[in-house]
Amino acid sequence: MRRLQEKKHITASCRISRRVVYKNNKLLYTGTQDNLSDFLEGIYQVLNMHYPKYYKMDRLSRLGLVAAEVLMKGSFRQEKYQSDEIAVVLANANSSLDTDIRYQETIKTIPSPSLFVYTLPNIVIGEICIRHGIKGENAFFVFKQFDATFMEHYVSNLLDNHLARACICGWVELLREEYKAVLMLVEKEQSSRTLLFTKKNIIKTWEFDHG
Amino acid sequence: MDKLLLELKKQIIEQLNLKDLKPEDIGDDQPLFVEGIGLDSIDALELIVLLQQEYKIKLSNAEEGPKVFKSVRTMAEYIIAHQDQKQ
Repeated sequence: MRRLQEKKHITASCRISRRVVYKNNKLLYTGTQDNLSDFLEGIYQVLNMHYPKYYKMDRLSRLGLVAAEVLMKGSFRQEKYQSDEIAVVLANANSSLDTDIRYQETIKTIPSPSLFVYTLPNIVIGEICIRHGIKGENAFFVFKQFDATFMEHYVSNLLDNHLARACICGWVELLREEYKAVLMLVEKEQSSRTLLFTKKNIIKTWEFDHG
Repeated sequence: MDKLLLELKKQIIEQLNLKDLKPEDIGDDQPLFVEGIGLDSIDALELIVLLQQEYKIKLSNAEEGPKVFKSVRTMAEYIIAHQDQKQ
């Protein structure tokens, strides 16, 4: 017998691409920096993060971390959940290749231990979890392109089967100076700005600004 | 010695991306790990790389690590001792 599934909602969203940051489809920050590292640091400063570990991270983790910060700040009442009730499910196309290339460069002389630890994409999730004290289910997938159907099914499965009560999900992609992060906060409870967590609305969030 | 201490502090900040610190924020005898500057195990590996890259000194015995990397002063003393050995 098929279980009656509760509705799930996108209660917040964040999008970072082409030197622009949107929070819940509203413009939050426009960067004028020449390169991605400086642009990300601009977001970091605007968010008043004061998190020294940020500077030790690779660029993919920095992108994921600031995107999660934008997503959660002022939107997520994390105290409603136990630390193990919040899941993080991310995907991208180029895994940790941006850092892998940088690490390969260091092998020519002395391999860098601090770069080596970032040569896996799921480290992004680890950094987000450490920053926010999240201990729930997590997974990082590598796809050729963003797959809204998969994301809807995977996250719905986590929430429907009580493996999580809230989920941060989306896309954190970066290679050289090309990047895009789109994160969504999915919860069963709805708030004033919520969208139903459906394939159509995931695509709508993804395609906002046609980027 | 003072010159080496300052140089080491600058190199540590650069190598470990401690952007929130300036050389004057690091005491000569301040512990580098945990309750001091708060470095971690990956930073320890980066300090080994720093010694190798900048001073051509290989830490041959891993057990020496905690003693060598206790503070900027102990690192400087280790460098001086090994440079003297080379000459």
